[in-house]
Amino acid sequence: MTLQTGSKRRDFLKTAGAVAATSALGAPGIVSAQAKTLNIGVLLPKSGTLAFLGQSCQKGADIAAEVCAALGYKVNIKLMSADFESNVDLSRARAEKLISEGAHMLVGPFDSGAAGAIAQVAEQKGIPFVINIAAAPQITEQGYKFVFRNFFTAPQLIRNGLVLMKDLFTATKTAPKSAVYMHVNDTFGMANKAAIDKLYPTANLGMELKASIAYDPAARDLSVEVAKAKATGADVLMVTTRINDAILLIREMVKQRWEPMGVVNPGSPGLYEAQFFATLGKYSDYCITNVAWSDPKSPVTELAKTIWAKKFPKDPWEGHVLNAGFTIEAIMICADAFQRAGSTDGKALADALRKTRIDKKIMLGAPIEFDAKGQNNGIISACLQNRSGQARVVLPADKAERPPIFPMPGWNNRGA
Amino acid sequence: MSDLYLNAALSGALTGLVYGLMALGLSVIFGVVRVVNFAHGEMMTAAMYGAILLSQAFKLDPLVAMAPVAIGMFILGYWLQRGLINSFVTRPEHTQFMLLVAVAIILVNGQLIAFGPNARNVQVDYALDSYQFGSVILDKVRIYAAIAALAVSAALFAFFRFSLTGKAIRACADNFLGAQVVGLDVKRLYALTFGIGAACVGTAGCLLVMLVDVTPAQGPAYTLLAFIIVIVGGMGSLTGALLAGLIVGISEAMAGALFVPSAKSMFTFALLVLVLLFRPQGLLGRTP
Repeated sequence: MTLQTGSKRRDFLKTAGAVAATSALGAPGIVSAQAKTLNIGVLLPKSGTLAFLGQSCQKGADIAAEVCAALGYKVNIKLMSADFESNVDLSRARAEKLISEGAHMLVGPFDSGAAGAIAQVAEQKGIPFVINIAAAPQITEQGYKFVFRNFFTAPQLIRNGLVLMKDLFTATKTAPKSAVYMHVNDTFGMANKAAIDKLYPTANLGMELKASIAYDPAARDLSVEVAKAKATGADVLMVTTRINDAILLIREMVKQRWEPMGVVNPGSPGLYEAQFFATLGKYSDYCITNVAWSDPKSPVTELAKTIWAKKFPKDPWEGHVLNAGFTIEAIMICADAFQRAGSTDGKALADALRKTRIDKKIMLGAPIEFDAKGQNNGIISACLQNRSGQARVVLPADKAERPPIFPMPGWNNRGA
Repeated sequence: MSDLYLNAALSGALTGLVYGLMALGLSVIFGVVRVVNFAHGEMMTAAMYGAILLSQAFKLDPLVAMAPVAIGMFILGYWLQRGLINSFVTRPEHTQFMLLVAVAIILVNGQLIAFGPNARNVQVDYALDSYQFGSVILDKVRIYAAIAALAVSAALFAFFRFSLTGKAIRACADNFLGAQVVGLDVKRLYALTFGIGAACVGTAGCLLVMLVDVTPAQGPAYTLLAFIIVIVGGMGSLTGALLAGLIVGISEAMAGALFVPSAKSMFTFALLVLVLLFRPQGLLGRTP
């Protein structure tokens, strides 16, 4: 018996050719079917020293898809969450894992140190990374093509913060003569310190900066640091904090009976967080933070608040405005880019991100756009003051919910 | 400036007394059972969470919660020794190390599952009050915690000095074979000792939770701190543990006041290195 190899080979080739032609005709359909879902890796510190802040951002991520759908984005978003435990080294590993599991874009991470590490991974892998919150300026100075930041740099944050401090003194007709600056010594804190060193001398605040005191954000006890700050005799305490240390700081100030004219945060988390209000009660009032905030007149803000209230009925939006607001915007930026790119290819998404212009947004400032370095320069700060357990906008005057009170009442003059 | 240093030193001394009580438990366990409790810090964070639970459920002040928490920790320590550690007492040290590190990991992750990662503490009514003596301002909670730590330490010293059981435990520590020959139930005494050490750390946890926040991740840091204090004071020396706790508390505070606050821990480690170099048996430890 002989094998009819010649005819079998011809048949095989005919069949293979038919399959190839069918596949080629069907390919656009296959590609467009594949491009309908965008996998977004959300990297946040949901445990460790930044746990509360990361969880606050995660809640924003949890409602982001619904916000995008309500705004008319016709894309499917699948979130892949990862906790980097407030550990910079772990953030890199988590980013790599998310990418290997199919993330088309990354969003996060709240922390500047982690943002730097994740940016390197994103750039190497060609996966766009949209930063929700991280201020270290060097992140967008590396020439990266796949990193985009919808948040201030530290110099922008501090510049805005110092201008608002001057406006605060003008609005309240006060003239403090000196200040002391306490700050965390992590990447974010040191970036803010560098910005203060550079910008404070030319800010014309009329206050001598008597000392800068660095401390570990994971410190269990800040009694010595607060005692050192108190010993300077400064009129105003300026701070760059995280959350747990902000609580420790105010507690120590009360215990050590230190009553400066005010506690002013030129731009960092801590003093306006829900946990800060819940833990300190009346002692949380009158602290001032100059930072980005939601536009109370934006319909997107109202939409986010409504969806938030349905999803988290026992946790008011007001305690999470900045963290959730920027996280929702970061995911919205991803959805917007995906809709325009029509592809999950990293380069296509990055090209689409570069052409972003989003008018309908949550946070105060100009429409979301990125410059050649991937930085959004249109975000503005508001002056917030804690009043009766909530952060209220007190400046600029046209957005103010109530007038500022400065100097702050003493610790024992705050009622029950 | 001198007011700053005086305030720092006094606050540091008060905190150091609580550290000393924490380390006392470790010293008691090692001095008698000759097992190094690598789960010491994790047991303390467990006690801190116990104080928080009692405060939330029954509005118990941690100073009052010390008693039930100490009893609970005693029972935990007793059964840990009797049920688990006893069979490792005569085994090589590295197996003891692995066993207790495993216990530590279980405790940390159990606390993470039960309580989550967020920092917690107990807010007593007087948490933010302070006493002023001239230019010196001291927290009420710190003073109360220090007094309680001294009282518990004194009770422990009195127990080992004057009670029959305490003398029996000291006999085991001094001469294991001799204790067996005279008919002491060594296994039971070891378990008692481990229980007493755990009760000490439980008490220290109740006091510390008034001063600092607790997270599950802090356990290893406290274990390390306890080790440093016990080594500086002298392994097995109860007075040494208390003295070293005081020194570490003051050095941390003064380092922060004199130099950079964020480098406080560096001076604690420097102290450890100096002791190891010049007096390796510890300040009050016996020369081998």
